[in-house]
Amino acid sequence: MRTTSRRQFLKLLGATGAGLLAGRPCAAAQGKRAVNNDELGMLYDATRCVGCKACMAACKRVNRDSGGLAYERAPFDQDKLWDAPADLSGNTRTLIKLYKGPQNHWSYIKYSCMHCQEPSCVSVCPVSAMTKDKATGIVDYDKNKCIGCRYCQIACPFSIPRFQWERKAPQIVKCDLCRNTNLRGKGIPACAEVCPVGAITFGRRGDLLRDARGRIDANGSRYVNYIYGEHEVGGTNHLYLAGVSFPRLGLPRLPAEAPAEFSERIQHTIYKGFIAPVALYGMLCVIALRNRKKRESKGIQEEEE
Amino acid sequence: MKEHEHSKEFVRVHSPILTKPFYFFLALSLVGVYFIILRFVKGIGAVSNLSDGYPWGIWIAYDVATGTAIACGGYAVAILVYIRNRWQYHPLIRSAILTSLFGYCLAGFSVMVDIGRPWNAYGFFMPSRWQPNSAMFEVALCIMGYCVVQIIEFFPSLLCVLEHSKLKWLQKAIYHFHPRHTPQDEALVRTTVEWVHSATAWFHPKFNNILIFIVALGLVLPTMHQSSLGSLMLIAPTKLHPLWHTGFLPLLFLINCMYMGYAIVILESLVSSYLLKREYEVDELSGLAHIIPWLAAVWLSVRLGDLIQRDQVALIFKGDKYSLFFLLEFLLLAGGSLLLFDSKRWRSPRWLFATAAMMLLGGALYRFNVYLIGFIPGTGWRYFPSFAELMISVGIVSIEILGYQVLIKFLPVLPNPHMHRDIAHVKPPKAAPAVARA
Repeated sequence: MRTTSRRQFLKLLGATGAGLLAGRPCAAAQGKRAVNNDELGMLYDATRCVGCKACMAACKRVNRDSGGLAYERAPFDQDKLWDAPADLSGNTRTLIKLYKGPQNHWSYIKYSCMHCQEPSCVSVCPVSAMTKDKATGIVDYDKNKCIGCRYCQIACPFSIPRFQWERKAPQIVKCDLCRNTNLRGKGIPACAEVCPVGAITFGRRGDLLRDARGRIDANGSRYVNYIYGEHEVGGTNHLYLAGVSFPRLGLPRLPAEAPAEFSERIQHTIYKGFIAPVALYGMLCVIALRNRKKRESKGIQEEEE
Repeated sequence: MKEHEHSKEFVRVHSPILTKPFYFFLALSLVGVYFIILRFVKGIGAVSNLSDGYPWGIWIAYDVATGTAIACGGYAVAILVYIRNRWQYHPLIRSAILTSLFGYCLAGFSVMVDIGRPWNAYGFFMPSRWQPNSAMFEVALCIMGYCVVQIIEFFPSLLCVLEHSKLKWLQKAIYHFHPRHTPQDEALVRTTVEWVHSATAWFHPKFNNILIFIVALGLVLPTMHQSSLGSLMLIAPTKLHPLWHTGFLPLLFLINCMYMGYAIVILESLVSSYLLKREYEVDELSGLAHIIPWLAAVWLSVRLGDLIQRDQVALIFKGDKYSLFFLLEFLLLAGGSLLLFDSKRWRSPRWLFATAAMMLLGGALYRFNVYLIGFIPGTGWRYFPSFAELMISVGIVSIEILGYQVLIKFLPVLPNPHMHRDIAHVKPPKAAPAVARA
């Protein structure tokens, strides 16, 4: 009697394990998802940027009320005149930093949401507070749905989403291409609108890629021959050109596969059509019922004896 | 002691509730509650060292990821009893389910402390917001479901109380509404009590009949969410150290929670037997101890096989922080299971305690490594829990222990030592256990 139940148990374990393992071979079968070059994005050219931070000021001016942003005070600023963020934060969606390297090597760099083709934050958000617009590709956030679990922060390979730690009713803060403010009113994000030197170009991803490739071809000595965001984590809609290697500018080296593709493949293999959990439940019920029957008949036998 | 209690499988512990440990854990719980209130008044940033680089701290790594694994005793024992048909372990099941129930409910509670916008949590019940791609969505629903299942699984002990006690509280309540009680009231009380007894007597066997379907659900749900707790970190291949990030995370977390579940049942039984001066349940525990090393062996071979397959073995011997934590985790688990392969140790409470503690610590360290220690958000970020953060976790664990201490004195949870001796066919020890004195 025992042996049968053990065999059943092992079968069960095997089935579960097989389900879990099946994720791997499936990987090769599924091809990469197609990149949509019609989505909206921005091209930041670090070699044109003069570091005036007009984009930062405009971003905060335009999105302050809708995004729950606040001005950040520096300790030296007794008169409260300056907005002096040191990093992206719950109050700051975009940031200009200066990289100073050896031999007079320097570059400005702008940080903000990369608006991935396959965003990890959207894939992990349990309550659909992070969404990707199908037409524009904008990755947007809805504070009225967000539960504040911060899984998007864990998931984002660029560590872009920020949380308002100091507030009682905190929310996640990240760039939404001014979707509800400047883009709606003027058809262009505030940072791209105010940039005095044309370092930020706004447009469709395909056009931006062509533009970037053209600039590299026309002026090869000025640029690192690489468009950051073209292939990173399945492609991003925010693209970069620079004269300094990207990891030095704080843009990490990332694989071409979107992490969301990897995790969803495994999750979908296990839960395909919800068959495995239902089958497991059915199997467990059958085994448990049979065991009960065995126990009862055994109990009756003992009583008879 | 009444006669019928001899015939029952479970008994409640008859000893005073207001003991020294009670006050100790009560004090810790109150400190935790104070900081929890502070967190809601002043915000998460005011009490914790969490940051945008380390958005998840010990509240997630310990209370949720590790706490629910420690609470897998109910799951592990239920597999043994209902699926592998080892009814001799049934005496362990109620205390296992009770600790699981506490562990899971408090994990859910600490999630509500951890999340920034808990008032939006109703979104989990709105299908329009469901996001099945998210492992967290699945974990949240399964944990909520499992809490309900465990409450239902715990009903039998409540029903036992209803069936057999004199229901003094009910009598008191009736007298409370009839201050000048007359013979009619006496009759009313008697009929009410009899009615409750007969109603439970009618309901109990029916409930026991369908209980098996609930139990099966109580096995599916942990299988799902424990593996999904591993899936949670699949999304961070660039942030989680390669020693821990693998496609096998769900499988590793699933097996991990099983041996941790058996280990905690052993520990819990030994500790409560020691503290309550009951006889050690060595027979049942040795059976559990016999399972652990096999589970651990499967786990370790998946773990090592995966590292070899991904060609990351060199990282183990790199000598940095990560390789040290890997080795510590590995030595605890491999050491504990190697010791447990020797059957002589299964019957020694001392060895059982040491090895179960090793397995539990190693398993917990694995989860900490995945959620916190192996998590590398980038340069410039540091995390070590603040005092307030620690005290919230400590407070939550104290509430758990406190509730367990109190409930085993109110409800028949622990195995009946007289009964259990009959089942195990062991000679009764010479010294009578000082238990269950009415």
